[in-house]
Amino acid sequence: MVAPGPLIDLVDVHKTLGTKHILQGMTLQVNRGETLVIIGRSGIGKTVTLKHMVGLLRPDRGKVLIEGRDISSYAQEDLDRVRMKFGFVWQNGALLNSMSVGANVALPLREHENLPDDEIRRIVREKLAIVDLHDVEDMMPGILSGGMKKRVSLARAIVRSPEFILYDEPTAGLDPIMSNAINELIVNMKTTLGVTSVVVTHDMPSAFRIADRIAMLRKGRIIKIGTPAEFLETDDPVIKQFVYGEEEGPDEATEV
Amino acid sequence: MLKPVPAPPDLLSRLFEGAGFTISVFFQTISSFGSLWRRRVEVVIHTQAFGIGGIPVTVLVGIFTGMVVTFQTGLALYSIGQAAQVGVLVPLAMCREMGPVMTCIILAGLLGSRIAAEIGTMRVSEEIDALEVMSINPIPYLVMPRFLAMCIVCPLLTAYADFIGIGAGMLVAKSQLGVSFQAYLNNAKEHLEFKDFYSGLLKALVFGSVTASVACAQGLRTEKGAEGVGLATMNTVVISSVLILVLDYVLGWFCNVFLGVGA
Ligand SMILES: Nc1ncnc2c1ncn2[C@@H]1O[C@H](COP(=O)(O)OP(=O)(O)OP(=O)(O)O)[C@@H](O)[C@H]1O
Ligand SMILES: [Mg+2]
Repeated sequence: MVAPGPLIDLVDVHKTLGTKHILQGMTLQVNRGETLVIIGRSGIGKTVTLKHMVGLLRPDRGKVLIEGRDISSYAQEDLDRVRMKFGFVWQNGALLNSMSVGANVALPLREHENLPDDEIRRIVREKLAIVDLHDVEDMMPGILSGGMKKRVSLARAIVRSPEFILYDEPTAGLDPIMSNAINELIVNMKTTLGVTSVVVTHDMPSAFRIADRIAMLRKGRIIKIGTPAEFLETDDPVIKQFVYGEEEGPDEATEV
Repeated sequence: MLKPVPAPPDLLSRLFEGAGFTISVFFQTISSFGSLWRRRVEVVIHTQAFGIGGIPVTVLVGIFTGMVVTFQTGLALYSIGQAAQVGVLVPLAMCREMGPVMTCIILAGLLGSRIAAEIGTMRVSEEIDALEVMSINPIPYLVMPRFLAMCIVCPLLTAYADFIGIGAGMLVAKSQLGVSFQAYLNNAKEHLEFKDFYSGLLKALVFGSVTASVACAQGLRTEKGAEGVGLATMNTVVISSVLILVLDYVLGWFCNVFLGVGA
């Protein structure tokens, strides 16, 4: 049963953290099967937005609808059921430091599926190979480089073949070749498995490569949402400045 | 619809909020005992780690508490010619009070801080958020095994400290007060009841579960990076030590009235 309408629907979401009013009436829809890229300056609230989509943060005001249902009032069990459909690639990896890489990637399988050990090992090896990691299962996360951690986090996110994947800066800190491989992976997940993706990135070439639509976040709202072509053609000085990385423009490098 | 922006919380409301959260962690943990069998490996691992980690300091606590209690009460008893009565006083004091309180306060420093730092670090490095997004509830996964390990380890190490303390007292009684082993042990056997011993372990069980709840709650509520972890650790040690002292009195009364300890 596929519900009509957007898969993820943020309606007029407000969120204050500490003393900062971070989301100020954010409205954003993610359609089934698309890859939506969110861009915006550092510290603007992109990670906060992703956390709302999986119910880690609840809006002070407004609604977060997943498949048409408001998750902000869900009880724990319902939230857990919704989260089962998600994969989340963390900006810093967020691997469990007390267990090996292999155990980290295997964790969702061990917790939620009843599979024999060698089957789990096979899947883990396969998913790690997808992100070009080999023979790392027995290493501890603490000794991995930042880029490797991120790739392990990606392998963990896709280990149970989720329907939606949220990527928080999946290519930041990776070399260009690896970045391209990750871009291809994101595109492949869409074309072969019909996965819906939301990708937060600062990496404009990557954004143009993978996006069906791009949304730009500024001052707590989405100021523009459209296809990559629309972003290239725009005359809006704020967007042009961001897309082309110009120092001169409406936004100061020092202000956030 | 519109929720007001919360005012900067003052100390008192923060205190109540923290207490409420700790109590809720405690009850959630108790109700997650259903997943005990699934988490048996973690329970064993933590019990081992806590138990072995706590032995050296428990030995020291036992020896010196036993010695000092014997020496001080012995001096008083000696002056009225009743030195052999340390054989009554020391085992009673060790089992009912000194064993559980001293051991568990030290373990609150040693293991409570360890639990708070572990869970707090996981909180600030977003590991707990990651668990939640994977639909893994941190209460049965992280808290319950540590809680249970504390409930096992605290009484066991308390019992150990009791015996060591009684033994150390016997040596001090002999060397400093001239009380023979025989006299000391006879007095002990005659006056020490089994309920003196197990009421102390009951206290240790309560102290252990309180320390674990405080430590886990502090860890889960950690904010603001490394500084927050330090704060959570410190709070854990202070809060659980104070609670142990307060609860010790309450439990002492409870054991007297309901278990007939010392009656
Ligand atoms: N738990 C919190 N308490 C207080 N402030 C927070 C909290 N989490 C985030 N913030 C603040 O919210 C703002 C947005 O944070 P967020 O992590 O979403 O930024 P971002 O857009 O992902 O930036 P980056 O591109 O650097 O990752 C930041 O100013 C941050 O300091
Ligand atoms: Mg971010």
